[in-house]
Amino acid sequence: MSRGPSTAVRIGTEPSKLTRGIILTIVGVVFLLPLVAMLEFTFRQGFEGEHTLDHWTTLFSPDSARTYRSLFTGVTNSFLLAAVTVGIVLVVLLPTMILVHLQFPKLRRVLEFICIIPITVPAIVLVVGLAPVYAVVVRVFGGSIWTLAFAYGITVLPYAYRAIQSNLDAVDVITLSEAARSLGAGWLNVLWRVLLPNLRRGILAASFISVAVVLGEFTIASLLNRVNLQTAMLQISQSDPFVAVICALLALSLAFILLLVIGRVGQPKRNRSDS
Amino acid sequence: MTLTQPSPASTAASAGATVELIDVAKEYSGQRALDAIGLRVAPGEFVALLGPSGCGKTTALRSLAGLESIDGGEIRIDGKNVAHVPTNKRDIGMVFQSYSLFPHMTSLENVEFGLRMRGVAAAERRVRAAEALEMVGLGTFAQRFAHQLSGGQQQRVALARALVTRPRVLLLDEPLSALDAKVRVQLRDEIRRIQTDLGITTLFVTHDQEEALAVADRVAVMRAGSIEQIGTPEELYSTPATPFVANFVGLSNKINAQLTAGSVEVYGTMIAALGERLPDGPVTALVRPEDIVIDVAGSIDATVLTSSFLGSLRRTIVTTTDGTQLSVQHDVGERVAPGDSIRLRLRGNAVSVAARE
Repeated sequence: MSRGPSTAVRIGTEPSKLTRGIILTIVGVVFLLPLVAMLEFTFRQGFEGEHTLDHWTTLFSPDSARTYRSLFTGVTNSFLLAAVTVGIVLVVLLPTMILVHLQFPKLRRVLEFICIIPITVPAIVLVVGLAPVYAVVVRVFGGSIWTLAFAYGITVLPYAYRAIQSNLDAVDVITLSEAARSLGAGWLNVLWRVLLPNLRRGILAASFISVAVVLGEFTIASLLNRVNLQTAMLQISQSDPFVAVICALLALSLAFILLLVIGRVGQPKRNRSDS
Repeated sequence: MTLTQPSPASTAASAGATVELIDVAKEYSGQRALDAIGLRVAPGEFVALLGPSGCGKTTALRSLAGLESIDGGEIRIDGKNVAHVPTNKRDIGMVFQSYSLFPHMTSLENVEFGLRMRGVAAAERRVRAAEALEMVGLGTFAQRFAHQLSGGQQQRVALARALVTRPRVLLLDEPLSALDAKVRVQLRDEIRRIQTDLGITTLFVTHDQEEALAVADRVAVMRAGSIEQIGTPEELYSTPATPFVANFVGLSNKINAQLTAGSVEVYGTMIAALGERLPDGPVTALVRPEDIVIDVAGSIDATVLTSSFLGSLRRTIVTTTDGTQLSVQHDVGERVAPGDSIRLRLRGNAVSVAARE
């Protein structure tokens, strides 16, 4: 029995505006409710007191430097670790992926496998493996906090790989590089003037996701006895839960802003002067 | 293997280089892509590499560009072996099959790129790039990005970009294949006009025989990594050296015939046999549709199957009494209808390539 076109149900059609609105509202509420609750909590004076800005002003007052020294150290360390991790992604992973894409396409699956592995290994297991490695790392590079970025370079691999790879797949990198070489460009110029500008979106996404992952990392830093934002927040939360929640809110906001920036900044140039 | 000889270039100016491929060989995983091919292209000459997919034409072009390494032989530009010179040092211009404009640059910036790589000053770069865009008729599109241009316009910008540095050799790797038919013909003619004006030695890879015959001074027909025949479009069409060339370039009827002392007897008519000398005996004769004419006094009885109007001519498919299907090309004034009984004859000056299958 056949149905007329007016009664036929189309599978996979776009949801109506109302449906979209309802879904968006539900997701928004689920996402925002804890954040609003956290924000409200930071204004409380005591667990059942009135709402004030005291906890915020205390955190940013000049006297707090000594009180919350470990927190500021954790923030500084996390930003340093984020910068070094992004550096590792850009200096090691990105050129490797471009090289494999252009010159050794048969190795692509191998590289993908290697880069995806860390997502399947729990952080605690990773630390067990990393502990003896770090004994060597400390001997070679010293015990500075930035050396933790070697471990973070591994944990961000799956996210950074995906972000860069999707951009590599979207751009005909091989033809562009061949065109540039036929026009007299050496490999450095091909990379700098042709490939990197066209991989900007993937590079930015990989960088920002790496920053977000590093700012949220706790297990490895804690088990390797390093201080970062998350370990410092845990420590502070035992003495001042309000400040810990403020820091969590700020970290979440930063990650949210970074994700927004990925979507905006990475877009290609448009219509410089449309004729 | 001897080099096939170039024809005098048809260009007024002759700014291009001599290009020679000498016994160039290339293998992919044990599969021979180029089988010691030899080719000499004179300065300013326009040579098309024509052949079916997988015949090695693109490999030959990419080897010349330095985008593929070769396993043997020499590639010479103006007498100098460039087989081990990197692509960016070969002074070539190349237009690719897929759109290859840099998406983050405007048309003008794309065209300037090659000049920038050669260290040309910014002011001169802009002037020369603007001139190159004018040359391809896109002077007013200088500030547009690739995504704001049609496929034909993108390939024009790519052509301007390849030519602005005045390269010694221009390589065109099926640059028209992604375009629609009308734009393809327009751009094809434009490429030829610009190439003739500039006198740049040009190699043009295509699988479209009409395209190759229309623009090239000479056409090299390739098959399985070898050059089957090279010659002017007229030579290839009227005196094909092998059954493959006769089949690939233009249409050919396949007719059972008898080879005797260098001539083939086709339906009682003796016509000259070209190409490889075969021993006498039964062969398949390849005869062009225009060498078969409708004539009431003809000796070949046939029945019309279909007749198609092709503008300036008509092509009619008939079946002869022995069941052979023939394609006959004739004047639009000679109207025939399916089912009509007609008589055919072979032209006196018809030629054939005999193949033993």
